[in-house]
Amino acid sequence: MTRRSRVLAYALALAALLLLTAFAFAVGRFPLALGDLTALAANKLFGASYAVPATAETVVLQVRGPRILAALLVGAALAAAGTAYQGMFRNPLVSPDILGVSAGAALGAVLGIFFSQSALVIQLGAFAGGLAAVAVVYAVGASVRRHDPILALILAGVVIGTLLGSMIALLKYLADPYNQLPAITFWLLGSLATVAPVDLAFAAPFALAGLVPLYLLRWRMNLLSLSDDEARALGVPVGRLRLAVVCAATLMTAAAVAISGIIGWVGLLIPHAARLLIGPEFSRLLPLSMVLGAAFLLAVDTLSRTIAPIEVPPGVLTALIGTPFFLWLFAGARRAWQ
Amino acid sequence: MAVMLEARGLGYGYPGRAVGRGLDLALAAGDVLCVLGPNGGGKTTLFRTLLGLLPAQAGEVLLDGRALEAMPRGDIARRVGYVPQGHAAQFAFTVREAVLMGRTAHISLFAAPGAADRAAADRAIEALGIGSLAGRVVTELSGGERQLAMIARALAQGARALVLDEPTASLDFGNQVRVLREIRRLAAEGYAVVFSTHDPGQAFLAASRVLLLAQGGALRQGTPDEVITGENLRAVYGVEVRVATVDGARACLPVL
Repeated sequence: MTRRSRVLAYALALAALLLLTAFAFAVGRFPLALGDLTALAANKLFGASYAVPATAETVVLQVRGPRILAALLVGAALAAAGTAYQGMFRNPLVSPDILGVSAGAALGAVLGIFFSQSALVIQLGAFAGGLAAVAVVYAVGASVRRHDPILALILAGVVIGTLLGSMIALLKYLADPYNQLPAITFWLLGSLATVAPVDLAFAAPFALAGLVPLYLLRWRMNLLSLSDDEARALGVPVGRLRLAVVCAATLMTAAAVAISGIIGWVGLLIPHAARLLIGPEFSRLLPLSMVLGAAFLLAVDTLSRTIAPIEVPPGVLTALIGTPFFLWLFAGARRAWQ
Repeated sequence: MAVMLEARGLGYGYPGRAVGRGLDLALAAGDVLCVLGPNGGGKTTLFRTLLGLLPAQAGEVLLDGRALEAMPRGDIARRVGYVPQGHAAQFAFTVREAVLMGRTAHISLFAAPGAADRAAADRAIEALGIGSLAGRVVTELSGGERQLAMIARALAQGARALVLDEPTASLDFGNQVRVLREIRRLAAEGYAVVFSTHDPGQAFLAASRVLLLAQGGALRQGTPDEVITGENLRAVYGVEVRVATVDGARACLPVL
């Protein structure tokens, strides 16, 4: 990977993100002209005073703006968490859900819906459920001392994830089939349609709080891809570093899932694609992965609100787009697999 | 000569299972200790204990005269470097990036490697003569090339004592000789080296001392000439071995 091709990868990813963002603002049930968009951007960013139709301003600021920002935030957060987990578990097939954060968040949200709570309580329930699930998984994994710690964590994640899944199934079975069940299904499929500015204000600080340690530890993250013995012999207290990464990545994922519901594939697919483009070195990989994750989820969300008269759940679209892309990577790229 | 790596009355093993005990070791600059023993004889367990990766069951390990037990990981890493057996790379780091990881103990927690670290990594790569591999990806190297890259990483670490776990395992004949030559050269430069092997003849080629581990933890230690005898090898490996002298060099010949 030469310096030039790294710069090129970043330039292309950023250009794609900018174009997609402009496109996402323009298209939808109420299409906007590019002229109105640039005029509005000039008004808001540089204090200009071009004439813009009032409806256009409302659509951009109240409807599309928060939704686009949410797609960028959730996409970047899921991709960052996935990048951290794939490095830490030394496995390119790991996703941010591996330690049960999504299952825990889902149970928290489903409980909120089941007990007919407000949207805010459901959101908080999802956030707290995600954190609690990972805390339990980590505690169980760490208490099994005689096994490889990575294996113990993954097994604990699988087992507890299954338990949470069956509790969700029970709640769905008991839920009122006319009001609650559709709401539960809707949440579990993931959606950015209802994201309000207040949701962004809730999720962004937590996502940022998770990102900061990952950025600060960007060099040490590389060492987690070695065996525990090697990393420790090179001077890294592996257990403490791993705990810090789990906390940071969980915080990011829980914050994202709390406002978007469960949107799969981003955290699995995007870090993988980014590694293919720029190599595994974490300090270069993390930013690219976040840019690609933001662009990917924005593209998916824009499709989900434009390709059909009704919204197609983005969680369905990520899989529809992600599966062929993933198989293509799998078949074509030998190096990316390692 | 100051002792760099020392063990006093060392007992090593896993919780609930003692593998060896009462081991005394002292390595100074220029010493090369060859550790021999059967499969499952505790070579790797001993190495993990010497590196502080496994707590000592009895006695103590000292690095530059200080008790290893009380040292933070970074302090240990700056004193003793480790070349693991068969580095299993998952991700496609380049050789330069992998060697740079050896600098971790010199880089503060939130920092990335600086110019001095890059220079140290490049020096280590040059010292091993693998400059042409620097841009290659570790997962695509041959076993011998990867072993040299891992030795370079240990050199970049800046430690003056090195522990190599079966550095010649699964290498072809030429690469085995290259690794042994590297061990001798490092000792001549003032490193203290411990390595393990399954070929007792390597002790004559590269080592100044030999530690023979037998099943059950019985220990023999001394110069290669003292320790590598037909009788000792029969006791450890259970096969007949003739120790012969060919043109002034000693070699082990198994009797079939």
